[in-house]
Amino acid sequence: MELTTNWYLVLSILVFSIGAVGLMVRRNPLVMFMSVELMLNSVNIAFVSFGTSLNDVGGQMAVFFVLVVAAVEVVVGLALIVAINRRHPDATADDLSALRG
Amino acid sequence: MFAQVDFTPVASPHVEWAGLMPLVILGGGAVLLVMFRSVVKHLPSEYESWVTTAMGPVAVVAAYVLGGIAGHDLPLSGVRADAGDVLFYVGFVVVLAVAAFVVWSLDIGLDTAFTFGVSFAALVSAWMLWIDRITVDGAFNSIGDQLGVDGFAVVFTGIMAIAVGLTALLLDDYIDREGIGGVEMYVLLMLSAAGGVVMASANGLIVLFLGLETLSIAVYVLAAMHSKRLESQEAGLKYFVLGAFSSAFLLYGIAFVYGATGSTNLIAIRSFLDSNTLTDDALLLAGFALMLVGLGFKVAAVPFHSWTPDVYQGAPTPVVAWMASAVKAAGFAALVRVFVVTFGSYRLDWQPAVYVLAILTLVTGSVLAVVQRDAKRMLAYSSISHAGFILVGVQAASARGTAAVVFYAAAYTFLVIGSFAVLTVVSGKGDRATTLDDLDGLAERRPALALAFTIFLLAQAGVPLTTGFVAKIEVIGAAVEARSYWLAIVAMLTAVISSFLYLRIVLAMYVGKSSEEALAAPRTRIPTAAVLVIGIAFLVTVGFGIIPDPIDQLARDAVPQLVAAG
Repeated sequence: MELTTNWYLVLSILVFSIGAVGLMVRRNPLVMFMSVELMLNSVNIAFVSFGTSLNDVGGQMAVFFVLVVAAVEVVVGLALIVAINRRHPDATADDLSALRG
Repeated sequence: MFAQVDFTPVASPHVEWAGLMPLVILGGGAVLLVMFRSVVKHLPSEYESWVTTAMGPVAVVAAYVLGGIAGHDLPLSGVRADAGDVLFYVGFVVVLAVAAFVVWSLDIGLDTAFTFGVSFAALVSAWMLWIDRITVDGAFNSIGDQLGVDGFAVVFTGIMAIAVGLTALLLDDYIDREGIGGVEMYVLLMLSAAGGVVMASANGLIVLFLGLETLSIAVYVLAAMHSKRLESQEAGLKYFVLGAFSSAFLLYGIAFVYGATGSTNLIAIRSFLDSNTLTDDALLLAGFALMLVGLGFKVAAVPFHSWTPDVYQGAPTPVVAWMASAVKAAGFAALVRVFVVTFGSYRLDWQPAVYVLAILTLVTGSVLAVVQRDAKRMLAYSSISHAGFILVGVQAASARGTAAVVFYAAAYTFLVIGSFAVLTVVSGKGDRATTLDDLDGLAERRPALALAFTIFLLAQAGVPLTTGFVAKIEVIGAAVEARSYWLAIVAMLTAVISSFLYLRIVLAMYVGKSSEEALAAPRTRIPTAAVLVIGIAFLVTVGFGIIPDPIDQLARDAVPQLVAAG
């Protein structure tokens, strides 16, 4: 069986779904971040496979930008978690419920 | 050995610096400020006030010179001076003196003055771009074909610049009051604005994404900046997680559109969609849907709005003013650029989705707003319903609809900054006193503040002789012209529902009785800078509400265009 672009797309959709469901289901902020990373990396798979099938370098170029942005997001996100954990060790997303209405 | 290597020269894109000026000013301003403050933590106070006072003239001169680079012929370089030039110099000196006086009399800090100066310079350079390039030569591309400078982008750049200036003035006293000193908030504000400018003028989907992330990441941090309130950090984390979630959706949509059309450049995508009929457009439509979800989160459209009330309630109030005005405006600029302009030939496919989003947003925003007890949450829901109104303009997918979006975004910027400026002042130390009970009897304690807040709320409700009324008329007119009659009717009905919410706040202020503590507490202090913000917002809201033609004309001229690479 030959691996066509469609298979890579299916892989990317699977990874994206795992990430999206993980973010909604899990309550640990760190695991939620990892889920976001999964989603962004599934986008990278999609970009590369599209780029290959279109024979266009643009898709691979986009991956660089996505990687950089993902790294930046992690930096900011971890800083936020550290700031919160200083006051509330072992906080989960459910414990953060000062804002309800 | 090297002689055999065939070096093909790498074609570097043509950079049109003129079109980049506002962006360079905002980004460069942020870098300059953070570098200055990392070297000089505290100036001796007498120098501080001198430098602060000098910021006004420096901003005017900088705006003049940078605007000159942006395409204006500098009169200083002119060979002969005629009466017009002399008048110009006299006017210039007067503006310098006024700027210095204003900054001095406001008694604001150096960082605020600098940020305000940067926003002023960005506004002037955008204005010069407008009068010397856009209205004369038309739109042009700035970096290769990745950034498009058209009337639409320039007007949104102006909105960003104004929002930066007003928010910086609000931050001045807030930072001292809350004891969260530091220059970070100003720097993040300017960086965020730079991202917004990139979004409004992006000609490529990847550029759009980078702009969006620059804008959002700065705002995630801004939302969490109040280190003494757990709510603020919680708001920051919530905004961050949902923002990252939505960015991933947007990006996945971009990947799908790239797969379907073979490019991430908006110009190439549009010419591809205009000249080809796709036999299988599932990929493209999936891309539309995912991008709509991603941008829907950013502009807080229902059902992607759940973060809005929590984040607005928790984040520092001046930051909320920024989020509700500029972040939302940038999101809508991106929506118009991508959907109305680029995917215009597929409008029959995406219009129904926006139609449903608009109705859900209008109804949810106005109904849920009425049952809130906290003024910040109320205004959060009201900002959701305003997003619904702007979506009505997007849904029309016409020149008139786009003009309505521009008008609404411009008018709402002043309205919402004015409203949150009042809340910033009344929220008191700790940024907590924003429930309706705290607003009870505000009219007795602070009549002028209550009056200004009333005007802003009535304008948001769409009362005639305010910009809010004209803006609502514009979007509903665009919807009727596009034959979306039901949408127009729903919009009008929800405007009536949401006026209950505004009247509730007004009633609390005028009919409600001040509690014992409120009367015993020292009178609410209104800083001069906040007076200036509220004054500007008030004048614009009422002034352009009575004479809407200038903004109306500007909005009609602000045409989004995709200029083919030449």
